[in-house]
Amino acid sequence: MKIQIKNWFDSGKPFVWLNAGAVSVSVVMVVGLIALIAVRGLGHFWPANVAVFDYYSAPDDSPIHLMGEFVDEEKVSRSRAGNPDYEGATIQRNLIKTGNRDISGLDFRWILDAGIKNESFPEDAMIVERREWGNLYGFLVSMDLDGKQFTAGDDLWQKFQQTITDNNEIFDEIRHIEKDLIGGINYEMERLRLKQRGLELREEATLEKIKALDDQRNVLQQEYNSYTGELERLYGILNGSSFIARTAAGKEVKVDFAKIVRAYQPNAMNVFGKMSFYVEKLWEFLSDDPREANTEGGIFPAIFGTVLMVMIMAVMVTPFGVIAAVYLREYATQGPTTRLIRIAVNNLAGVPSVVYGVFGLGFFVYFLGGSIDQLLFPESLPAPTFGTPGLLWASLTLAILTVPVVIVATEEGLSRVPRAIREGSLALGATKAETMWRTVLPMTASAMITGLILAVARAAGEVAPLMLVGVVKLAPSLGLDGNAPFLHLDRKFMHLGFHIYDVGFQSPNVEAARPLVYATAFLLVVLIIILNLTAIRIRNSLREKYRAAEQS
Amino acid sequence: MQQNNPNTAEKIDEQAEETAVTESDTPTKTHAIDMSSIIKPGVEAKLADEKVCIEVSNFNLFYSGSQALKDISLTIPEKKVTAFIGPSGCGKSTLLRCFNRMNDLIDGVTIDGTIKLEGNDIFDKSINVADLRRRVGMVFQKPNPFPKSIYENVAYGLRIQGIKDRRTIDTGVERSLRGAALWDEVKDRLDDLAMGLSGGQQQRLVIARAIAIEPEVILLDEPASALDPISTLKIEELIYELKDKYTIVIVTHNMQQAARVSDYTAYMYMGEMIEFNDTSTLFTNPNEKMTEDYITGRYG
Repeated sequence: MKIQIKNWFDSGKPFVWLNAGAVSVSVVMVVGLIALIAVRGLGHFWPANVAVFDYYSAPDDSPIHLMGEFVDEEKVSRSRAGNPDYEGATIQRNLIKTGNRDISGLDFRWILDAGIKNESFPEDAMIVERREWGNLYGFLVSMDLDGKQFTAGDDLWQKFQQTITDNNEIFDEIRHIEKDLIGGINYEMERLRLKQRGLELREEATLEKIKALDDQRNVLQQEYNSYTGELERLYGILNGSSFIARTAAGKEVKVDFAKIVRAYQPNAMNVFGKMSFYVEKLWEFLSDDPREANTEGGIFPAIFGTVLMVMIMAVMVTPFGVIAAVYLREYATQGPTTRLIRIAVNNLAGVPSVVYGVFGLGFFVYFLGGSIDQLLFPESLPAPTFGTPGLLWASLTLAILTVPVVIVATEEGLSRVPRAIREGSLALGATKAETMWRTVLPMTASAMITGLILAVARAAGEVAPLMLVGVVKLAPSLGLDGNAPFLHLDRKFMHLGFHIYDVGFQSPNVEAARPLVYATAFLLVVLIIILNLTAIRIRNSLREKYRAAEQS
Repeated sequence: MQQNNPNTAEKIDEQAEETAVTESDTPTKTHAIDMSSIIKPGVEAKLADEKVCIEVSNFNLFYSGSQALKDISLTIPEKKVTAFIGPSGCGKSTLLRCFNRMNDLIDGVTIDGTIKLEGNDIFDKSINVADLRRRVGMVFQKPNPFPKSIYENVAYGLRIQGIKDRRTIDTGVERSLRGAALWDEVKDRLDDLAMGLSGGQQQRLVIARAIAIEPEVILLDEPASALDPISTLKIEELIYELKDKYTIVIVTHNMQQAARVSDYTAYMYMGEMIEFNDTSTLFTNPNEKMTEDYITGRYG
């Protein structure tokens, strides 16, 4: 028996099993993690049925009428459930989303499963998504359109939906006017103010120059006035209509259409209806601005901010890292100094990222940014332009954070170019620079791209340093827009990683935020997986091209 | 293929050291050879008829202190094939790489003496190394085509010279490929990667690449040692044709090859030039006992 075990060990099989086991555990963990956040996050957008029921918090209490979606359930011990009057060592309780925060003060509540009586799923139960106060759960009673009353009837619901669609169009127009047009005017006005202030500072503010500025200002003011007129008209249409809904408790509430995003009756939907609704919600999540302290609406600004920041970072980190690697490997005399530099570069990759954040804040923001403000933007002082966290500094900080990845990858690529190829080029009368440019660097391209995308993946997932150098909870405007100079490197931005932290841990409404945390995390993970897969594909295709050369 | 932290210079150093070690491992026997005895009067007379292309005189080379070439003197005639033979580590490749200053790339190499290409010292400060290498082309032991198309491989040297005119390059590429007896095999797939060619084709491609820039001298460093017999034969035929236009210097381990392709042959041993003679004399009636031992296989 002993000998058999010894033989088994000597055969090497235990190690094969050990390795296979380790690989399996890793795969299961990765797939499990992604599956978990995918299910938790993506499930959120599915329209669940709305239950209407009577709830007895104790068997002989008088019931309260409730209405809501079942979100979660758990079994807890009697004492944790607050020693209710129901039987059983463990008590099942359910988390339901009841909405109506403006009436009841709570979006979510835990209720005992045993206390639920007379449960039903009426088809006319509706959910109304509002711009304020969260969802409304109730039944539609009547509508008031510019004084015209509509009450229950077959086409009330159709009319209701039609009104919401019309109103949303108007709302979009209002938003366009407010954000893009009036925003642009404000931006121009600010520029004019700064121009005038600059002239005054340089003591060049002659009367005609001031007059020219005033003229421009007047033109803008007139434009602004025309827009406000239009806005007033649109708001008038919006505010003229409202509807009355009855809650489960029988209370009637009057709601303005202006505050409605959409309304739907999940119990009346079939599977296909729910699917199209799901897609619509998912699209809203990807393409819309956040509402309600980031717990509702979409995360488009965060996606946009992440991608823009990472792209600016890539533009800065690639040339820098590649040039450093080329010098280090091809031109520098190899010796203790280069060895020391390599160790330093590798160690840079291990420095905690928040340290980079502190460095970025101290050096880039306060020192560099402060100096730039003094030199180039004195007219807007004391308000800082670049002397405050922003897109440029965040990108630069991340560029420093990721430059070791690019250097190491490029160096590795350079070391793979065989000497025979270099000699072949030199023997044809090429100088070293020509050899580098025409032969060595093209052969290193795959390594460079790999390094770059690894850097991008790392940067996209980084949060800690960004909190110090430019990320905010809610950025009023994107870093890229229609106002010259179009790319605003001084602006603050939103970021997926920070968004997860903010929604998950800084949100006033934890239950509502939780699924969004999962969904955002899933999006970020998917983004990084896509980036990594792209890296692998590009590298493989380029490597295929040069494989034969590298083996010789 | 994937080394983490080696730097190229170190690798070159290692190679250099390797060579140096083989030199110094064997105790340095002093062969009391009178320099005048190397180049025999008969050869001298014959060489006198030839135009001199490369002239090496009293040339010494050291790899970080250890001597790899010892007092070499030699005349390489124009538009002839000169072969260097000798056992491994005897310095024949090192000498060859001096002619286009490839040894400059190796750290710690010092030289002494002169090498003249058509009367001009190639180690003179006024010489531009890139220009020199344009005049003295080189083909290496292993085919080393660039990971580019066949066309781009041949056009490489022309582009380096700053030629942009598409038609000039086209004709240059065709002429070189024809010159290297490769045109018929590749004319329909000039845009394919050069890596797809066979070893022998690759080596001819590399020769085509070398002659595209119309050098005066072509150095061949064991060009057929990595090839099969048929490819070897093709390379040898090619050498035979090329010598009408170019001065060729070939290093080879294969004595039959030297006997077949060369007009003159030099036998080197331990960094010294033992004998230099016209090929038929050297192989049939060597002056030196050492040469005879080597070519008859009694060496060692």
